Amino acid sequence: MKTRHKRLVIIVAGVAVLGIALTLIFKAFNSNMVFFFSPSDIQAKQAPADRVFRLGGLVEEGSLQREDDGLTVHFKVTDNAYTIPVTYTGILPDLFREGQGVVAQGKLAPNGTFKASEVLAKHDETYMPPEVAEALEKTKQQSAASMSQQ
Amino acid sequence: MVPEIGHFALILALCIAIVQGVVSIAGAQLGVKSWIAIAKPAAQAQLLFVATAFGCLMYAFIQNDFSVAYVAMQSNSMLPVIYRISGIWGGHEGSMLLWVMFLAVWTGAVAKFSKNLPDDMIARVIGIMGLVSVGFYLFILFTSNPFDRLLPPAVDGRDLNPLLQDPGLVIHPPMLYMGYVGFSVAFAFSIAALLSGRLDAAWARWSRPWTTVAWMFLTVGIGLGSWWAYYELGWGGWWFWDPVENASFMPWLMGTALVHSLAVTEKRGSFKNWTVLLAIFAFSLSLLGTFLVRSGVLTSVHAFATDPERGVFILILLLITIGTSLALFAWRAPKVGMGGKFQLVSRETFLLANNVVLVVAAAAVLLGTLYPLLLDALGMGKISVGPPYFNAVFVPLMAPAVFLMAIGPITRWKQASVPDLVSRLKWAAVIAIIMAVVTPFLMGEWGWLRPLGFGLAFWVMSAVVIALVERVQKVKQPGNFFSKMIGLPNSFLGMCVAHFGVSVFIIGVTMVSSYQVEKDMRMEVGDTVSMGGYVFQFNGVSKVKGPNYNANRGHVKVTKNGNVVTNLYPEKREYLVQTMPMTEAAIDTGLFRDLYVSLGEPVSGGAWSVRIYYKPFVDWIWGGCLVMAFGGFLAITDRRYRLVSKKQQDEQAVKDREEGEGVAAHKVATSEK
Repeated sequence: MKTRHKRLVIIVAGVAVLGIALTLIFKAFNSNMVFFFSPSDIQAKQAPADRVFRLGGLVEEGSLQREDDGLTVHFKVTDNAYTIPVTYTGILPDLFREGQGVVAQGKLAPNGTFKASEVLAKHDETYMPPEVAEALEKTKQQSAASMSQQ
Repeated sequence: MVPEIGHFALILALCIAIVQGVVSIAGAQLGVKSWIAIAKPAAQAQLLFVATAFGCLMYAFIQNDFSVAYVAMQSNSMLPVIYRISGIWGGHEGSMLLWVMFLAVWTGAVAKFSKNLPDDMIARVIGIMGLVSVGFYLFILFTSNPFDRLLPPAVDGRDLNPLLQDPGLVIHPPMLYMGYVGFSVAFAFSIAALLSGRLDAAWARWSRPWTTVAWMFLTVGIGLGSWWAYYELGWGGWWFWDPVENASFMPWLMGTALVHSLAVTEKRGSFKNWTVLLAIFAFSLSLLGTFLVRSGVLTSVHAFATDPERGVFILILLLITIGTSLALFAWRAPKVGMGGKFQLVSRETFLLANNVVLVVAAAAVLLGTLYPLLLDALGMGKISVGPPYFNAVFVPLMAPAVFLMAIGPITRWKQASVPDLVSRLKWAAVIAIIMAVVTPFLMGEWGWLRPLGFGLAFWVMSAVVIALVERVQKVKQPGNFFSKMIGLPNSFLGMCVAHFGVSVFIIGVTMVSSYQVEKDMRMEVGDTVSMGGYVFQFNGVSKVKGPNYNANRGHVKVTKNGNVVTNLYPEKREYLVQTMPMTEAAIDTGLFRDLYVSLGEPVSGGAWSVRIYYKPFVDWIWGGCLVMAFGGFLAITDRRYRLVSKKQQDEQAVKDREEGEGVAAHKVATSEK
């Protein structure tokens, strides 16, 4: 092989490998993006039915119930406009509390219950997940707007 | 008073850094000897003053001076002294100060240990590091001053986040920062080389040990962070692909590529401009990582809105650093060229492949880390990218890289033959295939990733052994195998050890992800559960008191075949100041398995929800990191670095003597200029 041919082989092989790697990366990226929705979004049927997504809001006061196995819990997530019932099996994070912000990852069951596979609460007592804060802010503004219309 | 001295010392350090940056570089570019001579003393003076500032902050922490806002935020009078000290880097302001102090330490080290470099080169390197320091001092002084006073002073501090009150967190950030900042040396060398136009093998040789040291610190730092997350966060994972972790992992990937690329540049003179580019990227990612973690951008892009000054400053600093260095690169690099030619099958090719894979991997992590931030900033919705993405990308990317990693070291430079490689590596292949089949068989469960993991690990391990044996057989001196092996160059041994560390790491990862058993369950007093041959018995919970917390302490007795293995005491702590609950896992560490118990929460009737994990080979993950870092350490103790510096010291001594005699003549010569 001439040097020129060899260089061509290297370049072609390099580009091919890079192409494969990039395709792989973007494919994985597309299929693993997790979107965030608030209870209002779900109410408005914006959340996908067959895909994992994140639900965020406040844990409604007095909504936490524990089944007899000690591990399965039911609670409601609210953005002060709508509430979505959530079930989760496992140990809740240390900072999970009623009245506090929470983000849960999981799927929406056909009966409208959100089945969480993961519940996240960050490591700070005053911490409010920014997505949750914003979602709450949005509903607050909307209700203020509708009130002023009335 | 003391905080003001610290503040003042910091301002002085800034002034010196400006002089150090501007005068040294100008002197080197214009060839003014007296300006060049300022570089080293300036670097030392800057170190002195920033260390003074740091000492003052430490004093404020130890003395519980809650009139300093940062101390009041991060500390508390009940906090043990060791955590008061580590509280310095528990928050944004203090960690920035630690960062810039380490930068000064590295600069000082370069000034001290680079006697063998031409003076103008050293002045450029020190000057560039000075300019980076200037950026950081401005950032600290204008947006995040740790010495700001609180009026009226707080009665007591808000306490350090309980998660950070841990021995692992005492040393994790300093290690990590030493690594981050260490890449500034490689960066400064690259920029200096671009400025001077002298990009040769000597430049790579100077830069290489520094880069290896930085890489070593970063490896240990990341390993420590992972270990801390494992035992402190209470849910037993060792890597979460959290943006904060990614921020440290990206410079590591880039730095690893740089370490390998520098090897080619030093030995063969090839890849010159590629190496320069890698050095720029590695440091840029370090900067990005520091800022992502510490500026609050990651919690939310809206941290920019709460403190717009800080965010904007960060962006500007990043843009200036990356922008100017890339512009300089674009201007100068075409003149440098790639250097030495090589054939398709050669060590250069394998190292190039390794580089490309590592860079692509870093880019993939960058995409997963920044894309959600970007979308959010543009108001296009909120997404998160979790472990499934990174796992899906990393395994197929790293598998070929690890496969090639075994071949590279035994391949000849410039030109090698495939049949020769095949015959030398055939036993490694045989061992790898056997282990790939046997290990899952022994462990009792199959899956497609398991043979791949074990196969690759043993493939690398046996290739390392082959490389060692071949080198030992070439040694002419008499002696047994071991003495011959010890006599090999440390850089070669270091490479072997580091690659061996990678295989140890892979075994750990494969074992844990394939064969760990995790159970969350409700346990009443006296309940037992068996797992991995061990029986765990829950014996209830009692109350205990710590220095600044109250805790519920569980008791879990572990037996195997009726014999008591250990007693584990996991805790659920309630910290008094921040009223924050925290899970303190109890772990029985062993060479081949960890037993991991943590408390959930009390459920009805004295029962608790309890988490019990059996984690085979999990410590091999961090062990592998340590072995890799030790390989780096061996490499920098290589004789050729010592020889050079010793020889140069002798020459320097001679030169000094001559200069002493020739001072008068020199003075005349300069005044004539």
